[in-house]
Formats: sequence, structure tokens, C-alpha cells
Amino acid sequence: MADISFAGESHALGADETVLECLERANHEIPFSCRNGICLTCMMRVRTGILPEASQAGLRDGQQQQGYFLPCVCRPEADLEIEAPADAELFGRAMVSEVTRLTASICRLRLRTATPLFYHAGQFVNLRRGDGLVRSYSLASVPRLDDSLELHIKRLGGGRMSNWIYDDLTVGEPLDIQGPNGDCYYIGGQPDRPLLLIGNGSGLAPLYGILRDALADGHVGPIHLYHGSRMAKGLYYRDELQALAQANGNFHYTPCLSGDSDEAQLERAAKPGRAEAVALAEHPDLSGWGVYLCGYPPMVQTAKKQAFLAGAGLQDILADSFELRDLRRLPRE
Amino acid sequence: MSESLFQRIGGAAAVEAAVDLFYRKVLTDPDVMFFFDTTDMDEQRAKQKSFLTMAFGGPHEFTGQDLRTAHAQLVADGLNDSHFDKVAGHLQATLQELEVDEDAIAEVMAIAGATRDDVLNR
Repeated sequence: MADISFAGESHALGADETVLECLERANHEIPFSCRNGICLTCMMRVRTGILPEASQAGLRDGQQQQGYFLPCVCRPEADLEIEAPADAELFGRAMVSEVTRLTASICRLRLRTATPLFYHAGQFVNLRRGDGLVRSYSLASVPRLDDSLELHIKRLGGGRMSNWIYDDLTVGEPLDIQGPNGDCYYIGGQPDRPLLLIGNGSGLAPLYGILRDALADGHVGPIHLYHGSRMAKGLYYRDELQALAQANGNFHYTPCLSGDSDEAQLERAAKPGRAEAVALAEHPDLSGWGVYLCGYPPMVQTAKKQAFLAGAGLQDILADSFELRDLRRLPRE
Repeated sequence: MSESLFQRIGGAAAVEAAVDLFYRKVLTDPDVMFFFDTTDMDEQRAKQKSFLTMAFGGPHEFTGQDLRTAHAQLVADGLNDSHFDKVAGHLQATLQELEVDEDAIAEVMAIAGATRDDVLNR
């Protein structure tokens, strides 16, 4: 008989009972809808124990790897210790190890954490300032390559956190950090498949991490990165990306400029147009591709639909949409 | 005991194989795309999986009332028999593309067809 540990209590699982039924019997209110492993409303996360395969069917690879499962179709044979997804969201301590201005509006923030953070490049963390203000930023660093966390902060008009980081934050200062979150990251196991990475502005951050993670993992299929900006000066990391393209025959970097200024016209090394438009025009058939979309929400939304219509499976399109506030996933205070 | 329709058709794996094909068809059909165009494509995909699961004779908890409630706004926006027929056609084409056998397709189409009055709120 399996025991289910949740919220500090242990419950014996009844014969032929699902984990959801067991928790309900113990008067826990777990949100649910279909009760058939389809809608994902009741999704929870395992801390310890072996999940039956059926309880993870239909979840994304990334969610499966992180131990998410569906209690409504979970009939485990052995003990499980589980948690609500929100319980994983605890803040730890980090210290600023570097702040470097990359452009007039984007800076690179490097952090060291008191305890190592187990994450994938491309996931995001929530940073909390002393006064409680919280914002989400995506990880450009790769655990196996970098010994600190790297985030790219774009200062926004009236953005309290971004302007503070850009203008005032200095090396040595502490910040609270929660994460990692999100499922927009490189998934190994298909080293041959073509990858399309599209981002604008500081949407390059997760893509820069995902790209280097894929290369370090031995990805041999073509990897096409399209980075878009209105102005040439927003195309940061060009030298780094060109160097990576030089060193890796399967990696192709295309900077794109959507502005119609003279400066953009003169910039012959970049393609004219929005990154997603250039990318999809050059790759009209995306069947079997992995697609990553990061940055400005309307771009992510448009490109997601276009990539899907171009043949990419919806489960193979991973997105990190930079909502202006923390509309991604807000941790509990 | 003979296998259920859901088992014969391939169960959850068949739903997974069909959902993107079906969704792509309705999203590119100018007559019905309006009803499926949404900002949250992942949520829309999940809804379509639920629908396909039901149409394939799989486990579901839809009631006629759920279908009515879910489509009430769309009916107010003009959803009618012609749209229902087009979407049903895309379902049939999806199954043919996946080389599901004709008897099973006929059963699926019968289940889907039986939802017509609820979907159209009649």
C-alpha cells in the first residue's frame, strides 16, 4: 500500500484510488477539471518517489523532467512525496557579482547564489528587491559553462526594477532569488533536429543560453538564431554570436533590423525586417523542427501561430513571453 | 469482449497525433478560423484534445449542458450549421490522413455529429 505525503501529512492510498481522490478524501482542496489527465488543471510536482508513466503522459518533456504529474490519473505503486506547484517557489539569497551595460538600455547582471541553483539555460528566475518588488528575468547562462547566473535587464520607461538595476545596483549587493521556472529550454535526445531560435531585444538572453547549451550538449542539427531590433545598437552580443557561428558549422546567426531609419538601411550586415518575418520567410517548412520564441509578447504570439501553421508541432514550440509585469508566474509572498 | 472504439483507434496516442493536424486545418480555413483564433494556443489545444478524446469514444466528463455553455458565445457570434459541417469535415480529413479505418471514422463522425444540437444551442 502506497503512502502519499503532502503538506506535512501522510495518507494511505486506497485500492484503485488516484492521488487526487486520496487528497480529496483527506479534505485537501486541489483544483481540478477533467479528472482524465487531459486539462492539466490539477498538475502537481513530485518531491520523492517514482511516478507511474501514465501520470505524466501529455506533459511537455520539460515538465516531465521537472517532476510534474497529473494526480487525477496517478495510481502509484510505492510511496510518493508531492507538493503543489506553488510550494516550490521559495526565495533564496544571491549576490551581485557583475553589472555591465551592453547597450544604452540593456545591461548584463551576473549573480552568485548561496546554494547552487539547478536550472536549465532559458528558464527564468524571479528577483526580489529589499522592498518586496519582484520581477522575472530569463537565464542566459549555462550551468555547465558558467559559474554565475547571467541575466539581461532591459530598462523600461517607468520600470522600477529595471531602472534600479541599470542605474543603481552595484557589485556585492544582495538580492532574493526564486526559481528556476518555465519550460523554455533545450531538451536533449534529438541532436539531429533543426532548431529555430527567434528573439527580439533582451529576448536574446534565454536564446543565448539555449544556443550554448545545445552546442555544449553536442547538438549537430542546424541551429538558426534570428535576433531582431529596431536599431543597430540594440543588436548586442554580435561579436560573441559571430564567433560562435565561426566555431560551429551548424550554427547560423542572422541579425535583423526592423527600423526604417537611415542607420538601419546602412547596416548591410543585418537583414531588413522583423526577426520572425525574416526567419519564417527563410524557413517555410518547420515540420520536425524545435522552435524557441523569446521576447516581446505580440511577436511571440504571432510567431507561435505562424510556426505552427508552417508545420511545427505545438508541443515543439517553446516560448518565453516577456510580459511587462510578472504575469508569468508570480510566487507567493 | 471486443475492443472499444477508443482502443481500436489508438487511445491517447491517437488524440496526440490528431490534435495538431486538426487544429492546423481549422486555423487555416477562412470560414471557421475566427472561432478558433485565440491568444492562448496551448489552452485551445487542450480543449481540442478533450473534444477529440470524446469523439474517439474515450473517457470524458462532458455533458450536453457543458457543450451548450462552452459554445453559447460562439453561437451569439454567428456559429451555425455550415460551420459545424466544415469543422466536422476537417475532423474526417484528419482521420483519413492518419489512415484510421473507415468503420472507425464512421463511428467517430457519429459521436461528433450527435453533439450538433448542443453545440449550436438548439
